[in-house]
Amino acid sequence: MDIVRNFPLFNIVMCLMCGVVSSVFGAKQAKRLSLFLIGAVFFMNIAVLAFVAKEGQYTYMMGHFPAPWGNEIRVGMLEAVIAVFFCAIMFLSVLGGEHYIALDIEDAKSNLYFTMIDLMLASLLALIYTNDLFTAYVFVEINTIAAGALIMSRSNGHTLVAAAKYMIMSLVGSGLLLIGIAILYDVTGHLLMVDIHRRVEVLSRTGNYQLPLTVAMGLISVGLAIKSALFPFHSWLPDAYSYSTPSSSGILSSLVSKGYIFLLFKVFYRVFGFEFILDHKVTNILFFFGVAGMIAGSVMAIYQTDMRRLIAFSSVAQIGYIYMGIGLSVSMGTVAAIFHIMSHAASKSMLFIAAKGLSDVSGDSKEFSGLKGAGYRNRLAGIAFLVGAFSMVGIPLLAGFTSKVYFAEAALTASDIKMEVAMVALAISTILNAVYFIRAVIIIYTPHKYTDFDQSTYRAPKTMEIALLCFILLNIFLGTWSNLIEGAIQTGLGTFS
Amino acid sequence: MSKIRPDYEMTKWRRFLRFVNGEELPEDWQKRKDAARAIGERMEQLEEERNEFFLNKKKWRASYQKYWKEQAEREYSRALNQYDYWPDTKGVKLFRRFYHLISALICISIITVLLVTVSRLPEFGSADTPANSSEVVDRYIEKGQEETGAVNIVTGMILDYRAFDTLGESHVLFIAACTVLILLRIDHGKDGKPTQAKLAAEEDDRKFEPKNDKILQKAAFFLVPCIIIFGIYVILNGHISPGGGFSGGAIVGAGLILYLNAFGFEKAEQFFTYRTFSVVTLCSLLFYSVAKCYSFYCGANHLDSGIPLGRAGDILSSGLILPLNICVGCVVACTMYTFYAIFRKGGI
Repeated sequence: MDIVRNFPLFNIVMCLMCGVVSSVFGAKQAKRLSLFLIGAVFFMNIAVLAFVAKEGQYTYMMGHFPAPWGNEIRVGMLEAVIAVFFCAIMFLSVLGGEHYIALDIEDAKSNLYFTMIDLMLASLLALIYTNDLFTAYVFVEINTIAAGALIMSRSNGHTLVAAAKYMIMSLVGSGLLLIGIAILYDVTGHLLMVDIHRRVEVLSRTGNYQLPLTVAMGLISVGLAIKSALFPFHSWLPDAYSYSTPSSSGILSSLVSKGYIFLLFKVFYRVFGFEFILDHKVTNILFFFGVAGMIAGSVMAIYQTDMRRLIAFSSVAQIGYIYMGIGLSVSMGTVAAIFHIMSHAASKSMLFIAAKGLSDVSGDSKEFSGLKGAGYRNRLAGIAFLVGAFSMVGIPLLAGFTSKVYFAEAALTASDIKMEVAMVALAISTILNAVYFIRAVIIIYTPHKYTDFDQSTYRAPKTMEIALLCFILLNIFLGTWSNLIEGAIQTGLGTFS
Repeated sequence: MSKIRPDYEMTKWRRFLRFVNGEELPEDWQKRKDAARAIGERMEQLEEERNEFFLNKKKWRASYQKYWKEQAEREYSRALNQYDYWPDTKGVKLFRRFYHLISALICISIITVLLVTVSRLPEFGSADTPANSSEVVDRYIEKGQEETGAVNIVTGMILDYRAFDTLGESHVLFIAACTVLILLRIDHGKDGKPTQAKLAAEEDDRKFEPKNDKILQKAAFFLVPCIIIFGIYVILNGHISPGGGFSGGAIVGAGLILYLNAFGFEKAEQFFTYRTFSVVTLCSLLFYSVAKCYSFYCGANHLDSGIPLGRAGDILSSGLILPLNICVGCVVACTMYTFYAIFRKGGI
């Protein structure tokens, strides 16, 4: 059983190696290798989860030298749950969009696409498990470049512009993060999260270097907020999500930005300590922007006439929810935010893939006017879109409803003013969500005779159907068995710092 | 009847319907609106004529009404125009000015905050700063040579103490090269043969390349071997003297680029093709990953890795650091050369 302890290391190294090997493979082998890799990592992480549930969390020394000198990763309940979940979403996204990857990307380059997928998984796992700020930064770099490549691999004008926008914004974020880490290292002399936390406590007792600490915290928070597209920094998001190939959209919207948010959790809980964060009122700022994002994202989504842009703008609103959860500055709020990371990931990647399936049977139209009645032509994609939309709106039994309930519960335990604002914002945002999602659902289920389409010859890609089915089940699972996951998150969060 | 209304497309109900159906504003709505308005005007005119004919008494009243109606319509259309074109004319200007102002303000405030922060940081270079006096640095300096076998403690640190970071860092180079390949590579079409774009690029390259420049070639003839040998020296002595894989690889890469510039792609392709790039990076990175995975595994489970450290200062010493330096050097050199070649003509 002890071999399980090594699995996180094996996973990361396996992903890196598969990424390198994929670069010399053909497109088909690279795809198979990639899917096999994600599946293997998924099962290994389940083993890690079981191990952690039994034995409790542990730190793992990377090399012959213990932590402050060498590198270290730390495996706890929360990390393992998130890792398992991320692998599942990634597998389904790649599987669901696999048919379109072959269509959208040049043959000679599509093996490199899978290289990017493998390295993206490596970086996500490293971000989840790392216990060292500089290691986190190195893998943030890999993550950023891989995400840029995933956006532009489709190689048309739109994606190139989108990738350029993404790179500029994201590199600003990376730069701020790096400056923040450098300042933190300068005043504490450590890069290991736990040691920084110890030094920060000493410094706040003696009152030294308070300004650099505050600035470092601000820079890291803003940097990660830019990278995860919190509301005023969302300008790169709609293009990047809506024009890239559906697998990329799914992975970007549900995993990439969430990886950064998880890193932000780590920085808050493990590096600075939550009391320090509360003292400096960072959560209030995040709360404000989160609420603004919830409303503004939904309002902007209402104006869209393009299905995939609508889903992308809805992501802005959902990121706002997550930051609002952190901003409530109660532990239940963080639990709700983490649960929402999962429920949003499960619904959003499904929506992107279902939207592609729907536009596939409507002559590649992404506009609403062309999508009339698409739900009848591609039934499974229609149902998946319905489930995803209902989940985002918050219909009971689906994932989105549960996370909204958790947000409301968390708001009840928060301070008065925050409770009122959060409740009102939740209500307004839910109504706005309903306005644009229900409208989209009505359109795809409006009976419409579509002449350019032959129902008898069209076969939806098998892999997409399997992936959509799994996504629907995952959504219902998250909605109905949420207690199980919430419990795991609670225990994980208890030992997180 | 209501569909003839001049502003039918803009009525609340119609806009709502359009929103629900996801339709766009019909392109010819302006034309339709004009036509509808013309019909309306004509009807009014007819009605007026009739009024004039039958109700001569009320003539003054009709003309009065007509005057006010026209006035109102003119006002309405002017307002509509202003509303429609405002964002394109005045709005853009205003927004630009506002945008410049705000970005200047944000820049200045960020610069101020950062400068103030820097002035509050511990004094640079002083011995008792937190970074210089922590136990981490002490152990690197005092025990570094003994524990890693590398005289150059920087190399010992990046390739032994914190090797996981460097593992990530070398993959950053690899992924950057792959991204540039995805973005710019044009020498492979769907069928694997050179595309038209590539042929055009080659043609173009020849036009601008100083072909057979004697001075450049003679200079490169002497310089390139020296540069490459120096680069290899830096890589191989990374654990003994300043340098290492990253710097040595950059030097070798510069030598290759100089060779390419002097002798052209045809000669360079004799020893460096896409295949070379992929084989070299594949072998180096795979060896790096496997070796480090083994070393991490042994370290974490407190096993003896069985890799001898050797005598510090020897060329064959310090365990895995020398082979890892060679790997990193290969990856860096290949990446640099690849970047240059791809940016120049979209292929290697």
